[in-house]
Amino acid sequence: MRTQQTQQPDPAGDHPLLRVRDLDVEFDTSKGIATAVSGMNFTVQRGEALGILGESGSGKSVTARAVMGILDMPPAKVPRGEILLEGEDLLTISAKRHRELVGSRVSMVFQDALTALNPVHPVGRQIGELYRVHRGYSRKDAKAAAIDMMDRVRIPAAASRVNDYPHQFSGGMRQRIVIAMALALDPVLLIADEPTTALDVTVQAQILELLKEQQVERNMGLILITHDISVVKEVTDQVAVMYAGRIVEHGATDEVLNHPGHPYTQGLRASVAGEELKGQRLPAIPGTPPDLLRLPDGCSFANRCPFVTDECLEQVPPLESVGAGRQSACFHTEEVLDHVTA
Amino acid sequence: MSLPEATIQNGTPGRAAAPLMEMQGIKQHYPVHRHLPIGPQKVVKALDGVDLDVRPGETMGVIGESGCGKSTLARVMSGLEKPTEGRVLFRGQDINELKGAEKREMRRNIQLIFQDPFSSLNPRMTVEELVGEPFAIHSEIEPRAGRRNKIRELLELVGLNPDHADRYPHNFSGGQQQRIGIARGIALNPKMLICDEPVSALDVSVRAQIVNLLDTLQKELGLSYLFIAHDLQIVRHISDRVATMYLGKVVELGRYDEVYDRTGHPYTQALLSAAPELRKNDGADRERIVLQGDPPSPIDPPSGCRFHTRCPLAQAMCVDQEPEPVEISGTHAARCHFADTVSAQ
Repeated sequence: MRTQQTQQPDPAGDHPLLRVRDLDVEFDTSKGIATAVSGMNFTVQRGEALGILGESGSGKSVTARAVMGILDMPPAKVPRGEILLEGEDLLTISAKRHRELVGSRVSMVFQDALTALNPVHPVGRQIGELYRVHRGYSRKDAKAAAIDMMDRVRIPAAASRVNDYPHQFSGGMRQRIVIAMALALDPVLLIADEPTTALDVTVQAQILELLKEQQVERNMGLILITHDISVVKEVTDQVAVMYAGRIVEHGATDEVLNHPGHPYTQGLRASVAGEELKGQRLPAIPGTPPDLLRLPDGCSFANRCPFVTDECLEQVPPLESVGAGRQSACFHTEEVLDHVTA
Repeated sequence: MSLPEATIQNGTPGRAAAPLMEMQGIKQHYPVHRHLPIGPQKVVKALDGVDLDVRPGETMGVIGESGCGKSTLARVMSGLEKPTEGRVLFRGQDINELKGAEKREMRRNIQLIFQDPFSSLNPRMTVEELVGEPFAIHSEIEPRAGRRNKIRELLELVGLNPDHADRYPHNFSGGQQQRIGIARGIALNPKMLICDEPVSALDVSVRAQIVNLLDTLQKELGLSYLFIAHDLQIVRHISDRVATMYLGKVVELGRYDEVYDRTGHPYTQALLSAAPELRKNDGADRERIVLQGDPPSPIDPPSGCRFHTRCPLAQAMCVDQEPEPVEISGTHAARCHFADTVSAQ
């Protein structure tokens, strides 16, 4: 353990809730090293909701798993970077301290609620287990606490359903149970990885409403990982757009999505089938994302980008400030911004 | 075929055109597995009286929550399953009564595209074998000699590099795999393509490419589509008409703009309002309706109107009386006692 990391969390100190600094994550595969995340930097404050937007393979889930410390290592490794939770680096603290923090201070909601729950135990016992392990509750108290939690995520008739098994609940109700488990120990940071992707639109609306409400009520930090622009718009204050393992654009959600400064964000936003495009071709982004085993020397988006110049093929554009609280990793941000307003 | 193509093509385009496919009173009931042979046999009513038609060159969009019967509809329409009750007509003939050459011809004309492109392709076959497989059955369409060229043509048509014909599915990305699936679907010059969630498994940036491809193919090949998706914006984009399904019934059917802008059924209304993007595009006039609870079980659907348990407008009559389709305009109908009030909002 490095000496500078031994400092204890200082409630009076002005540490952000979560700060991820220069994080790299690589995977050793039989075909070489795949760079899943590189040079990731972001912070989340209490009461703030950050959206991480990206498509499959962009590194959004890997980032979440790195923060939670649930990456399988090997094949994954973190050669560089810091993940500071209230000033403590989760990558270097002892295993014991890690167990104390992760699961209680930070918790996670997974995409597929059915696989996140144990099929052979009643849901009440699974929620109650958290209280028994972390807080040393008795069986009876744990059960009462579980019922209380189920009530708070608005599962109807919680007291009579506490002994039901996961398969007896519908998809939306199961996701509520997973959320109840994540919130049980009053975390300061909740990471939701595609929490509504497996659900129907009507149920998605209910779950998003619940997440937002709990985040505001508890003044929690929330990281919402999704590929869906409309979900990000609905719930988050800040958004980080990821492409091929890097953040390509970062800023206040409304600004970034309404006036994108990166050609990828612009492409994503344009390819949504709005009403005005009826009968026309959708402005699709051509091509496919790059192979993470063989990332290009320059900008990874260059081969799909309408603004590409020679410069883009030679070096990776850094994530630079482009106005108040906004960053974009593109050599042509000015042009892109003008293009949108034009 | 006895029904000449000419009659269909000579028909006035649009509303008056004879339907290419028609579903009449389709019911599809599946028995529920019983552990003991006692007590009443329960059935899942996946489809419970569906009437729907698709006209030549038209795209019929189908929306609804999971479990409402969308995929069963696709399976029955494509002839993969025989309905418990009702008839599926292709050019006026019941597809489940066709025999021999006529049945072959019907099968050739109705093709399916699946949701998960990877699991619908045999991993041990090359792209050339996959796309060429339909010709092994229907060799009359393309004799062996010209097959190689035809396959290259098809690959080019769906936007794949014909030089990659000897590669295997795992060498391709999700979007490219879906293109392979589409190439297989159009290989035999079908008239009807049934697309069951063709873009749901794809990334956002690739989705638009596939939608554009389907659009181009429809114009070039004169295809009709049944397009099932849960992305409501894409359905609006691609469809001429839209059907909303709820618990095995079509509850609303109309031109896309009628269904989206002058919605006649409270369920469609709730569905549309649940999509954040649709709500915001329309400004403040579309209020958010968050439906409580989940759809009831199709084993024992509610009495009267099936939606009354979740409907914000439900009255006493909705519990006892099942609403018949109420015509809102010549092309738009909804199964709701209050369709006129709802659509006037």
